[in-house]
Amino acid sequence: MQFLPFKRGIVSALALSAGLFATQVMAQGDITVALQLEPPHLDPTSAAAGAIDSVLYSNVFEGLTRFASDGAIIPGLAESWEISEDGLEYTFKLHSGVTFHDGTAMDAEDVKFSLDRARAEDSVNAQKALFADIADVTVIDPTTVKVTLSKQNGNLLFNLAWGDAVIVAPESIENIKQMPIGTGAFKFAGWVQGDKIDLVKNPDYWGTPATLDAATFKFISDPTAAFAAVMAEDVDVFAGFPAPENLPQFDADPRFQVLRGSSEGETILSTNNKMPPFDNVKVRKALAHAIDRQAIIDGAMFGLGTPIGTHFAPHNPDYVDLTGNSAYDPEMSKALLAEAGFPDGFETTLKLPPPSYARRGGEIIAAQLAQVGIKAEISNLEWAQWLEQVFKGKDYGLTIVSHTEPFDIGIYARPDYYFQYDNPDFQALMETLNGTTDPAKRSELLATAQTTISEDYVNGYLFQLAFPTVANAKVQGLWENAPTQATDLTGVSWAE
Amino acid sequence: MLRYSLKRLLSLVISLAVASLVIFFVIEVAPGDPASFMLGINAQPDTVAALRSELGLDQSKVERYLSWVGGMLQGDFGTSYTYRSPVSTMVADRLWVSLPLAIYALALSTLIAFPAGIYAAARRGKAGDMAVMGATQLGVAVPNFWFAMMLVLIFAINLRWFGAGGFPGWDKGVWAGIHALTLPAIALALPQAAILARVMRSALLDILGEDFMRTARAKGLSRRQALWRHGVRNALIPVLTIIGLQFSFLLAGSIIIEQVFYLPGLGRLVFQAISSRDLIVVESVVMLLVFAVITVNFLVDLAYAAVDPRLRSRT
Repeated sequence: MQFLPFKRGIVSALALSAGLFATQVMAQGDITVALQLEPPHLDPTSAAAGAIDSVLYSNVFEGLTRFASDGAIIPGLAESWEISEDGLEYTFKLHSGVTFHDGTAMDAEDVKFSLDRARAEDSVNAQKALFADIADVTVIDPTTVKVTLSKQNGNLLFNLAWGDAVIVAPESIENIKQMPIGTGAFKFAGWVQGDKIDLVKNPDYWGTPATLDAATFKFISDPTAAFAAVMAEDVDVFAGFPAPENLPQFDADPRFQVLRGSSEGETILSTNNKMPPFDNVKVRKALAHAIDRQAIIDGAMFGLGTPIGTHFAPHNPDYVDLTGNSAYDPEMSKALLAEAGFPDGFETTLKLPPPSYARRGGEIIAAQLAQVGIKAEISNLEWAQWLEQVFKGKDYGLTIVSHTEPFDIGIYARPDYYFQYDNPDFQALMETLNGTTDPAKRSELLATAQTTISEDYVNGYLFQLAFPTVANAKVQGLWENAPTQATDLTGVSWAE
Repeated sequence: MLRYSLKRLLSLVISLAVASLVIFFVIEVAPGDPASFMLGINAQPDTVAALRSELGLDQSKVERYLSWVGGMLQGDFGTSYTYRSPVSTMVADRLWVSLPLAIYALALSTLIAFPAGIYAAARRGKAGDMAVMGATQLGVAVPNFWFAMMLVLIFAINLRWFGAGGFPGWDKGVWAGIHALTLPAIALALPQAAILARVMRSALLDILGEDFMRTARAKGLSRRQALWRHGVRNALIPVLTIIGLQFSFLLAGSIIIEQVFYLPGLGRLVFQAISSRDLIVVESVVMLLVFAVITVNFLVDLAYAAVDPRLRSRT
């Protein structure tokens, strides 16, 4: 891409003149939203692909609870719930008169079906762990369903808000991958694979109906093409815009608005905690002090991203700022390395998956590590290779990856997880947290958890991945942040 | 003639069989498991195992090879691991974009290259020749995605004559489809036209030095008449070879152009399938492309015979 500076020059010149041309008149009831990735299929309950939720979450499929735009958990298909004294029984009262898009009724049987399917032995739910504590789901009457837990779980309402926990119907489950039937404010209207997915307004929606009549999701993976599509006004919204370097140009153009939201993606320098020398906490601490986060954010993300000092999202009310534990201090880093027995540094591997935060960030980190004597040999991997070698095979020293699941600090309690952090105290702490429902207690436990993994320097905590959205200036009601991977259009409308 | 055809058919079957073996095992050797790719980094091992058995990935490689080949012989190309729809319909849908695009680009490239090549040959060494040669030199050197981006900047972002990409579907009308394919077709056609024009020119120049051209001139034809009636026709053989190769390239090789213009074509399907380790899609599409290339080559052979009667009598 050595022609980039030249190209950018032309783009700015053309962008100036583009303002002279009249903007086309748009049908105000329709919207075209572009995303970078296309869903592989349309069943949010049987794949990890965030792109499925990006199109369907809240628009087509709904769960008992749901995420609001600020990340709060609010009622979805369940209008209310009661929790028993011992915290083991959740009785959900469902909205009445809810129908699926094929006209069949949504009732307690469907809830039972959906939850039982997700937690079944042969379930292919990518987040099966969310349902692990559910012992039984009982239908009390058509609008009442009781979920019994095997042990207390303070996360249950949060878990049920995930896209992987949406309510589906046994009548339509067979073809759900091609023909998703949900209860949402939009109905699925068609999919041209490789190109777009069409949704139309559901006139029979049980809640507040959508303002838009129709929505089209287009899939544009190439960053240059993404820029051109927005500039040419082929798309009205680009959620998760892939080229942060172009954002200032949209800022300067009155036709567009730029939302610099935050995502749930903690971007970390994952460290193989079982592989020498990383099994020594001094070495991991040295690693942390060798890294200049701001330089990575500026260099790799063009300034977009919030520094983090632990594995927790800064916009979460329970977040504790621990960036001070790993302030940039190469001298201290060298001293720690010498103390650990590596006065001349050592060699390791840095395996990078395809996203630009990893590839660009990796170059900068390798250079920073070289300053303190750590020689990191970079190898670029495709996702499938990364999963095989790094994630499954644990054959790596360092890697960079963004953990995009919301509230996923629990992965540090899994000793066989790919960074292999095995701390019984932390595992017990997570166990206690799961069994705690009192908000104040939970906050306290979460603060301890964040501090523990920060002071154990499990991984290099880099930054919270930004979620930039570029949209036509007249579009209102878009989610600024991405508390889950969703493009909720139910509240979106055109100004005037 | 029958013996020849049978021999040819046998070699065709053998090359397809060998191709299927190579394609299947080379792609299967590449690391990466489709099931763990789909389930992501939070999935539990037993979930991955459940999906692997649902997809039939727990069978041995030989078993899967045999069922793949067996299916293809009955016209069944398998079911995509990730999309969960039949590969044949997916490919058919994509061909409705890729095939017209390839034909469109090839027509444009021929329309540009023929006059340019003939003109340059007729003006050999003069300013016109120099200009055409300079332009084609540039066309060969510059990659087609750069042309694509320039076309988008000028005609989509600035002039707004075209969209920046995408395809509305043929149900929106033939004109809308052609309109949407115009910029990608031009971007694909320009480098091809440059190559083709150079081949046309040099083939013509070779012919112009032949004895029969002098004879044609001697019997009273003007330079121009001799060029058109005897020169161009004889120069078509190497040109057709290149066109045949170019068509295969355009059909299979427009991956980057399809990315730049976000077209739902075959190239983009293969690209996505490779990155998500949707092995069955990759294998079946590559197999179909091998089949298509062999067929195109066969058609080119027929075309040789059509322009050159000597080849007809020899077989």
